[in-house]
Amino acid sequence: MSNDSGDSAVLAAHSISKKVSSPEGSLTILSDVSFSIAAGESVAVVGPSGAGKSTLLALLAGLDLPTAGYVVLNGVNLGELDEDGRARARAEGVGFVFQSFHLVPSLNALENVMLPLELAGRDDARDASRAIIERVGLKERWSHYPAQLSGGEKQRVAIARAFATEPAVLFADEPTGNLDTRTGETIMELMFELNRKSSTTLVLVTHDNSLAGRCDRMLSLDAGKLVADTQVAA
Amino acid sequence: MKALAFAMRSFGRELRSGEVVVLLSAVILAVAALTAVGFLTDRIGKAVERQANEVLAADLRLRSQDPIPNSWRKLAADYELRTADMVLFPTVVFAGDESALTTLLAVTENYPLRGTVRISDALFSEQREVDRIPAAGEVWVDSALLARVGADVGDTLSVGEAELRVAAVVTYRPDQSIGFASLAPTLLMNTADLDATGLIGVGSRVRYALLIAGQAESVSAFNDAIQDQLPDSLRLRSAEESSERAYAAADRAKRFLSLTAVISLLLSAVAISMSARRFAHRRMDTVALMKSLGATQGFVVSVAIAQLIALGFIGVAAGSVVGFAAEEVLSWILADIIRGDLPDPGPAPIMLASGSAMVLLVGFALPSLIQLRNTPPLRVLRHDVMPPAPSRILVGGLSLAAVAVLLYTSVGDPAMLVIVLGGIIVIAAALYLVGRGLVATMGRFRSGVGVAWRYGLANVARRGRASAVQVVAFGLGLTVLLLLTLVRTDLLDGWRQTLDQDAPNHFLINIQRSETESVTDIFESRGVMPPDYAPLVRARMTLINGESVKDREYPAEDAQWFVNREQNLSWAEALSSSNELLDGEWWPPDYDGPPLVSIEEEVALETGLGIGDTLQFEIAGQQLEAKIASVRRINWDSFMPNFFLVLSPGALDEYPATFIASMRVEDEQKAALVDLVREHPTISVIDLDSILQQVRGIIEKASMAVQAVFFFTLAAGIAVLFAAVQSTIDERRFESAMLRALGARKRIVFSGVMAEFAALGAAAGILASAGASILAAVLATQLFDLPYTFNPLLWVAGVAAGLLVVCASGYFAARSAINSAPVDVLRGAPG
Ligand SMILES: Nc1ncnc2c1ncn2[C@@H]1O[C@H](COP(=O)(O)OP(=O)(O)OP(=O)(O)O)[C@@H](O)[C@H]1O
Ligand SMILES: [Mg+2]
Repeated sequence: MSNDSGDSAVLAAHSISKKVSSPEGSLTILSDVSFSIAAGESVAVVGPSGAGKSTLLALLAGLDLPTAGYVVLNGVNLGELDEDGRARARAEGVGFVFQSFHLVPSLNALENVMLPLELAGRDDARDASRAIIERVGLKERWSHYPAQLSGGEKQRVAIARAFATEPAVLFADEPTGNLDTRTGETIMELMFELNRKSSTTLVLVTHDNSLAGRCDRMLSLDAGKLVADTQVAA
Repeated sequence: MKALAFAMRSFGRELRSGEVVVLLSAVILAVAALTAVGFLTDRIGKAVERQANEVLAADLRLRSQDPIPNSWRKLAADYELRTADMVLFPTVVFAGDESALTTLLAVTENYPLRGTVRISDALFSEQREVDRIPAAGEVWVDSALLARVGADVGDTLSVGEAELRVAAVVTYRPDQSIGFASLAPTLLMNTADLDATGLIGVGSRVRYALLIAGQAESVSAFNDAIQDQLPDSLRLRSAEESSERAYAAADRAKRFLSLTAVISLLLSAVAISMSARRFAHRRMDTVALMKSLGATQGFVVSVAIAQLIALGFIGVAAGSVVGFAAEEVLSWILADIIRGDLPDPGPAPIMLASGSAMVLLVGFALPSLIQLRNTPPLRVLRHDVMPPAPSRILVGGLSLAAVAVLLYTSVGDPAMLVIVLGGIIVIAAALYLVGRGLVATMGRFRSGVGVAWRYGLANVARRGRASAVQVVAFGLGLTVLLLLTLVRTDLLDGWRQTLDQDAPNHFLINIQRSETESVTDIFESRGVMPPDYAPLVRARMTLINGESVKDREYPAEDAQWFVNREQNLSWAEALSSSNELLDGEWWPPDYDGPPLVSIEEEVALETGLGIGDTLQFEIAGQQLEAKIASVRRINWDSFMPNFFLVLSPGALDEYPATFIASMRVEDEQKAALVDLVREHPTISVIDLDSILQQVRGIIEKASMAVQAVFFFTLAAGIAVLFAAVQSTIDERRFESAMLRALGARKRIVFSGVMAEFAALGAAAGILASAGASILAAVLATQLFDLPYTFNPLLWVAGVAAGLLVVCASGYFAARSAINSAPVDVLRGAPG
């Protein structure tokens, strides 16, 4: 796998920086970060708390804009799009798994999975969702609401939702952070398996070194700077 | 379209999940309350008006010296109006050798078109209502007439050449109070007998009247249509001008009713705005998530608006059902007042209420919902990022515009609109500022109090802006409720005063100057307080500022009639206690300069006359010129003799005058009147008791209706405040679960929540008391013409109500939150 920004790159950061203004003056959260990720690659973003990992993820997914530099996702420069354009780019090629699950409380498990398919205007939303919810092992629980599910079950629903649209890139921000070790492990197992089968590119933010070790590559952040970019031997 | 399909699909889910229940209930409540109040105001307004109309026994009266051409009856029929004919003239009737002057009243089948005639079968026996007129060959007569000719029911009277049998005694006619000119006791007969009497011929003083009544719209259409084609010989009279007193009462009742409508509207606005805020706020997380999953701004806004509209429709449908049920129950309760042939209000109240609720919903919820589109998708990673608050100008402007439009359509009274809306804006602003101040100071006290209060006060302070908004909502709700209570009490008291038990109940007419001393003696010797006499000189107005009254142009059409009719002039040294000087100056008591005249307000308005204009009168062939010195307002409620034109002392000394007087005569003193009539047969006594009773009846019904509307609005208002508290409970639910998870005892958490509500309630109560006092003073003096007296009890009531309502509703809401197991709540928490 390569780390140059060739044609095979599905996601690339070009000298992105993020500054925010705070009462104490301007604060640099990310400074001059560049890298590129090829299709199918799985990349772990690691670093101490407050290093800027979530911020980087938000910029890569176009949830927020960098103050300098630009991000290219699926061949599109996100900086040149307006908010709706970035939303469309996400709808077409991005999936998310969050630390705090983010299921819609008023929708049941199946409906939560259907959400991105419906947003993408897919007619087969229900059937496709049923299939994938079965794959994450929640066949019997599809009609349950988030409040009736355990943390691990919620995260399975979230994973099903993330994979439902068969995205080119899947972003996960500490998907196991709110789960106990055992549940975390099964969840990650599920994620890697789905990732392999659908050859999705995975960008995974984690504190867990053993998890990071299972990825192809590891980006280390510290105080907003990219301090290491290591290939992990398989 | 995609958005619409998606919105409808997920709306079904949201409905099922109970997410939207609070906003939905607010809409249902608003529609139901507005429907019920709208229905009541319509019914009662019409009933009261109808009752006032009875004074005319019709909606309109056409009067003439000549028979009224058939074309008018045809025209009325074209407008689907009912008509009845009346012929009246003074004549002398005989019973054997005895004779007496009577006012003969011949009527056709439908008389009276409004109200009912009451008769009794013998003198002083039980009276009953009848829905017919005397049969041909029969007459119904006043007991006074029977007494004067010494006849009884069953006897025969000679009326002209006809012999008619007395079939009953008339005890009440709806139109007995109009036409004070007809002083003699009446005789009611069928027009069929008129020819047989042979009394109608050249030279007889016959007056003709065509009574007209029907649906309000048709009547006013007819009225408009005939305005231009009315010949000089025909004079149109509407109920309004015939009964100032009954109308004053009905008018105040209607103003109160529209005030009530305004208040229920404002309460609905408060309820909807509170729950709309919550509705928008709770969608924020979902919107951020949908955007992170690729939804565009247009999509999320369309979804939110589509759902808002769907919610509006469901709320309106359910609210209409509740409102309709409320209508049914209310008409059953008020059956006595609103019986009769009032036109069915149909779906109008429901339509109006539904439209209003929709406008409120859009006005209050739309700005926040549109702003949702700016929710940063980043919120899925950082929960603290919020969309920028919607522009206050947009929110304020749109909601204010919504309220103003609705107020105007439901009230249509610009004065009230300005007062109420201006008052609300000022009070809301004051509530907000003071609320924020209070919230800030409350935070300071928390180190000096127990843990529960510290938690409660800390909460109030932390949610600074939200707490202030809550104070505004509670405060506004309380303000309008207090206002309603105040105005109602003032209104009822004011009415009671106008009907005070000492009001004169008899008029004495046609007293000669030489008789006044003897009349006073008769009353004094029998222990009755003698009356004050007001002189009366009949005159015709000839010139105004040297120009013939016939040639002049006047601002109002009615002026032509006024200047041409026979005038009753009077003079006075001092301004009557029932008059109020509006312009100019009253002459000094010892004035003996050239004649001055004081004119009544309406006359001044219609004729365009003012201070300094000169009027010339012809009195018994002589000319008198008087300069206008002042303009007065007359309080017709007073039942004192009053005149449109009052001259300065001495001005009328050389002219023949008679005197009139009004006085109070109790039942047991009536013998004095008998003596009076015996000694002075030319003096006429008019018994006002029946008219007073009529007015009292109107006021009693109106005030009963006012109470009914009041209690309904009050109940709705309390329900709204409950809903408002409910809508703030989410956060508290989560916090208290957390505190309990941390080991706080239930009681402590509960006291903390109650402390917070107590603080909010007290703040809202204090502010509401201040607001309501000011608004009530303005309303009472500007709108209801009632004196305002400051009432310190209001402050006690305001604060107590604030504490009670907010704490009670907080109690119920918080109880469920605190009683649910902490784990349930935490599981249901975001994520
Ligand atoms: N909008 C903002 N305003 C102010 N500070 C911010 C903002 N966004 C991020 N930060 C700060 O930037 C730093 C990096 O935040 P970020 O959430 O990316 O860290 P992280 O590496 O994900 O940490 P963790 O492992 O704890 O999740 C933190 O100190 C955070 O407080
Ligand atoms: Mg993070």
